[in-house]
Amino acid sequence: MLTIDQATYDAIVAHAKRDHPDEACGVVAGPEGSDRPERFVEMVNAAGSPTFYEFDSTDLFQLYKEMDANDEEPVVVYHSHTATEAYPSRTDIGLASEPGAHYVLVSTREHGNNEGPVEFRSYRIVDGEVTEEEVTVVDELPR
Amino acid sequence: MAIEVRIPTILRTYTGGEKAVSADGASLSALIEDLEANHPGLKERLIENGDLRRFVNVYVNDEDVRFIGGLEAELSDGDQVVVLPAVAGGAA
Repeated sequence: MLTIDQATYDAIVAHAKRDHPDEACGVVAGPEGSDRPERFVEMVNAAGSPTFYEFDSTDLFQLYKEMDANDEEPVVVYHSHTATEAYPSRTDIGLASEPGAHYVLVSTREHGNNEGPVEFRSYRIVDGEVTEEEVTVVDELPR
Repeated sequence: MAIEVRIPTILRTYTGGEKAVSADGASLSALIEDLEANHPGLKERLIENGDLRRFVNVYVNDEDVRFIGGLEAELSDGDQVVVLPAVAGGAA
């Protein structure tokens, strides 16, 4: 199960809406082993594409260096699909490389850049196997 | 000669869980051969058809190796090599 606070949830949704029709991407880092998504980090989609996302390689390096220095890990890796459902594609599955992360997918196909609900779903992707999990949105993460 | 190579979570099965291992090589390609000798299977995860895999990033002293010669990039004692899988995907 993914437990995420409302502000972080809203930030992910806002990013996805803003970048629509291109895919948006980023991570939420948290202390190693804590399973707490605490630090929202919006990333640039270097592919700038409606059907593909990729962190810029220099940004990626900086991000991991930062997380390493803070004893953090990517608790959530998120991206949006802009014309299809919020379910991992074959590409998503093939390239998933953080077995410990919650892979969050947001679909903006319904309302695009506008107000309105989005699909927000979370998965584990390990060795090519996708397992959907429940998402619980809380006011604040429990201490 | 000793070069520290930082290994991402997903490849630590090849290093017995170690986050960083030590290896030798005057170029990235020689370093990868040396890694393979001690951690069999690792090379296959880094290289495909004689080149670095498209979705694997390797950095030498903070620089993406693709900008400094790729597999031919020269290495010296004390360099730090970091391997990071690309974070990528998408609906396509």
